Amino acid sequence: MLPAAEALKTELEQLLPGVSVTLEGTALAIAAKDLLAVSRCLKDTDRFAMDYLSNVTAVDYPTEQRIQMVYHLYSMSQRHGPLTLLVNVDRAQPELESVTPLWRSAEFQEREVYDLFGVRFQGHPDLRRILMWDGFEGHPMRRDYVVEDQDNAPEPVR
Amino acid sequence: MSPEIDTRPQVETQTLEVNLGPQHPSTHGVFRMVATLDGETVIRLKPVMGYMHRNHEKIAEGLTYIGCFPYTDRLDYFCAMTNNLALAVAIERLAGIQVSERGEYIRVIMAELTRLVNHTAVTGFLLNDMGAFGTPLLYAFREREKILDLFEAASGSRMMCNYVRPGGVREDLPAGWVERAWEIVRAYPKFLDEFETLLTKNDIILQRTQQVGKLPQPLAVSAGITGPMLRASGVNYDIRKVDGYSVYPRVQFKVPLGTVGDVYDRYLIRILEMRESLKILEQALQALPTTSPSISPKGAAMGKAPRTFRPPKGHAYGRIEAPKGELGFFLVSDGSPQPYRYRIRPPSFINLTVLEDMCLGQKVADVIVILGSIDIVLCEVDR
Repeated sequence: MLPAAEALKTELEQLLPGVSVTLEGTALAIAAKDLLAVSRCLKDTDRFAMDYLSNVTAVDYPTEQRIQMVYHLYSMSQRHGPLTLLVNVDRAQPELESVTPLWRSAEFQEREVYDLFGVRFQGHPDLRRILMWDGFEGHPMRRDYVVEDQDNAPEPVR
Repeated sequence: MSPEIDTRPQVETQTLEVNLGPQHPSTHGVFRMVATLDGETVIRLKPVMGYMHRNHEKIAEGLTYIGCFPYTDRLDYFCAMTNNLALAVAIERLAGIQVSERGEYIRVIMAELTRLVNHTAVTGFLLNDMGAFGTPLLYAFREREKILDLFEAASGSRMMCNYVRPGGVREDLPAGWVERAWEIVRAYPKFLDEFETLLTKNDIILQRTQQVGKLPQPLAVSAGITGPMLRASGVNYDIRKVDGYSVYPRVQFKVPLGTVGDVYDRYLIRILEMRESLKILEQALQALPTTSPSISPKGAAMGKAPRTFRPPKGHAYGRIEAPKGELGFFLVSDGSPQPYRYRIRPPSFINLTVLEDMCLGQKVADVIVILGSIDIVLCEVDR
């Protein structure tokens, strides 16, 4: 069984000196520089055995000048999870280490986040747009992206 | 025999780049594969997608939570019921909504019927890809139609069902529905036997699928492959068992596992899963509570007044075992009626990650069969 969020936080901080983890509900928020170290620890430590990275996505918070990366991890061998990792990156200069070398499932999903949010992943083997075409400008999933075709823009619900 | 000296002039060879798709019947939609060939052998293959991209996730940010349901029908249009269910599960987790007993059973019945539809259709399409043009697909579609009749009777639509709601389902089953479902469930094994007689030991199928497109277990886990494709590689991971959502813990069923992880195993796993789905259906139809005709009062209320629904601030990830693999919805709420962020984790899209790995070293004709065995729907890949 996966330890509860509190215990997991203490355990991670003991295993990785210099890494600080903050709890947001049951999710673990970590600094961008620690992402690879924490990921490797979660994947390779037998107690966690997070061998399955299910979901990689981003949430844009323009008012707070940040884009939050969200990772949902499970363990197929231990059959536990999910563990949610949150990493904030600067919205003006969104750069982050890629986790594709650890989990192949991030390959297309990081390309999608790059395509739709504009986060650049260092160490990704093939970082290209995936859903939009190559010459496309802008990143449509950012909150301030203006949809050109306003005909079908839904009315806000009050 | 004495070795002869080859006196023929040296032939210079070069690789050939071939575009398979986007307009090609074997790509199951608009999907392109850029294959580099050395003779007939694939040495590189890059999938190109996005032709069907309409950014459903962006559209959803301007809709209410309930307003998103009709859009989910159009993701994987073979499996509208399970798409609805996955979103409902995520919303229930976000807002802490309970589901009525009868609602849970109806959902499981619909989900397993959807699995039958999907696996039957994809097996027919796989045979189409192998060159058995039309006939197996028509056998498959004949059976699929009967189940679509049931969907139509319950939801009013054959494919775009828009039926499952947070807290239950949109409307109760009409009179006589359960009897009709029993008829189909009782008759289905006979169809599967007929299908298997034609296919499982068919020499052409064995030659085209065995040892083709093998997916090793470690790669399958690392690449986040889910559903029948993962289990064909021998990984025992079925979300119905692992998460035990809805009433699945109360029904008995087995998880079929493959040993080789080739196209043949994927075919066989789908056939075996259909037989297990029938077992689940029998138990669920038997146990379906008859006493309370109404679905959860909360669910009914939400159907009538969706505009008042504001989940509390927070985020939630809900996932189910859809016929194609793990279908998940990640929702972020800021307390307003619209989702702040609405993310779909599509199984078809992520299962495509290993397409190149499976095709390398195979012949170009095998690429078509391997793609068919992944079971993708492009509307879900591109969203």
